[in-house]
Amino acid sequence: MEILIQQLFNGLTIGSVYSLVALGLTLVYGILHIPNFAHGALYMMGGYITLTMMTKYGFHYWIAIIVSILVVGLLGVLMERFVFHPLRDAPPIHDKIAAIGILLFLEAFAQFVWGAEYQSMPTPYGQVVEIFGLTFTMQRLLIVIAAIVVMILLTLFLKKTFTGSTIIAMSQNREGANLVGINTKKVAMLTFMISGGLAAIAASLSAPINLVFPGMGHLVILKAFVIIILGGMGSVPGAILGGYILGFSESLGATYISNDYKDIIAFVLLVIILSVKPTGLFSKGGH
Amino acid sequence: MSKIQRIVILGLILFAIVFPLISNNDYFIHVMTLSFIWMIGVYGLNLLAGYTGYLSLAHAGFFAIGAYSLGLLTVKAEMNFWPALLLSLIITGVLGFFAGLISLRTKEHFFAIYTLCVGYIIYLVIDKWDSLTEGVRGLIGIPAPANIGPLSFETLQSHYYLVLFFLLLVVLIMYRIVHSLSGRTYIAIRNSEDLAQTIGISTMKNKLTVFVISTVIAGLSGALYASFVRFIGPDIGSIAIVFDFLTYLLVGGLGTLSGPIVGTLLIVVLSQRLQFLQDYRMLVFGPVLTLLIIFYPRGIVGTAAAWGQKRRSSVHKTRLNNLPEEQVKEG
Repeated sequence: MEILIQQLFNGLTIGSVYSLVALGLTLVYGILHIPNFAHGALYMMGGYITLTMMTKYGFHYWIAIIVSILVVGLLGVLMERFVFHPLRDAPPIHDKIAAIGILLFLEAFAQFVWGAEYQSMPTPYGQVVEIFGLTFTMQRLLIVIAAIVVMILLTLFLKKTFTGSTIIAMSQNREGANLVGINTKKVAMLTFMISGGLAAIAASLSAPINLVFPGMGHLVILKAFVIIILGGMGSVPGAILGGYILGFSESLGATYISNDYKDIIAFVLLVIILSVKPTGLFSKGGH
Repeated sequence: MSKIQRIVILGLILFAIVFPLISNNDYFIHVMTLSFIWMIGVYGLNLLAGYTGYLSLAHAGFFAIGAYSLGLLTVKAEMNFWPALLLSLIITGVLGFFAGLISLRTKEHFFAIYTLCVGYIIYLVIDKWDSLTEGVRGLIGIPAPANIGPLSFETLQSHYYLVLFFLLLVVLIMYRIVHSLSGRTYIAIRNSEDLAQTIGISTMKNKLTVFVISTVIAGLSGALYASFVRFIGPDIGSIAIVFDFLTYLLVGGLGTLSGPIVGTLLIVVLSQRLQFLQDYRMLVFGPVLTLLIIFYPRGIVGTAAAWGQKRRSSVHKTRLNNLPEEQVKEG
């Protein structure tokens, strides 16, 4: 029983990270209608920048995260401006290949600057707390809480503010948004900024319990793709829900099925979903 | 095919044949053989991504399946090379058939993501299934191709010719496919699947055929790789390999017949020049890939062909414009 609860909590932690990454991916998909393969590289850059800020410049954890959000967000904006914007009328296969090019570059860049070694990130929240006889590390609790706060803020931003609703308007209908006077270029850049920021938050939060290395984005991005297919491409609540579903099924699968094959669970899930419904679970048809 | 093209192709084949005789440097022959092997794999990807418009990111997986089938059959089952090669192609084809059957129900992004995941599953299975594939330790001691009568493939030169033979065979098959009705059908599917369906093309059947052919060719490339390098690890199934294929294909020209050769040769030669960069070569090739797709999406061959066509049509036009005057003069 205790193992079960412990694993459920682990699932909640992993799921929070997955949800944050998937949220960024789904927002960009809503705007551009392309899967951004470079999103995993943004995640990786987020981890490295936070790490550098902390170890090299001695910033506090939270300040380092804010710097990382800004830098990675800017990286996202640059990507949209210089790569995806010129490609907006090209066949979809071109966007995908361009994104792969960015991914390859950023990974080689990280390896060049920071080296290929696995690095661990120090955290001021390493203490162990005991609640109801179960032991948690503070960092894991922090991941869960911070992720939920970020998700609430993002939802409020999208639903309650004017700028937020322009993003939703644009994902619903690009031409329509343009017609009613929304500056679609600006909104696209803003979306990339948010998406990069979310990736940076997710990486910075999860890095202390995992490790930082150039390939750290690979598995996460693949799983984020599975999540947005699970939750419907472009759907915000779908990404959150899908993230937690995957987090739970992985942590339970690791304990009760096989630890070696736990990474396959996500992909098997995807294979099953797409075999039954080729356009994803909650897709609205058309398009 | 024009006369000039014929001569150029014959010249290139001749050059490829005499290359090991002029170059006494074993290293160059080794590099050339490897790039021929990559070319075969790139042709496989080209048929699917270039001609049919389905970007498959699972091809490294099928490359690895071909390599591992051959490796396991020759090392663990101790089979003769040739039946093992045939069997590994069949294995790749059958697995490709089932992967295609499901993945081709999806389209565009879903297809790319789906195949990315399929590729990753293949990689993980190879990596984790220790008892069969030796996992991260890799498979060592894969034998060279067995002799056919008096022909032996123990030396580097003979191996070079063997790979060259397979490359030419693949190019010939591609040429025949692309210039046949099926080839046109595939291009029709690429240009508009709905339209193709409307004029009575069974898109699923055609797509599945392409997928299987393309995976078998990737498997062939993998099997040749295994017997050439003699050692394989799970890394050959990693996503990095499929990204390499894509770079070669894109630099050469997506959906062109000579693109895979041009792109692979260029990048491999450049990589040799940039060897001091080693792991960082993607620092150069990543942006190249991105810039190329923005400014020259048709690659070297495609851009050159478009340029030639433009020049020819402008020559044609000036000739037309001049025609009346000449006739006037003559008259």
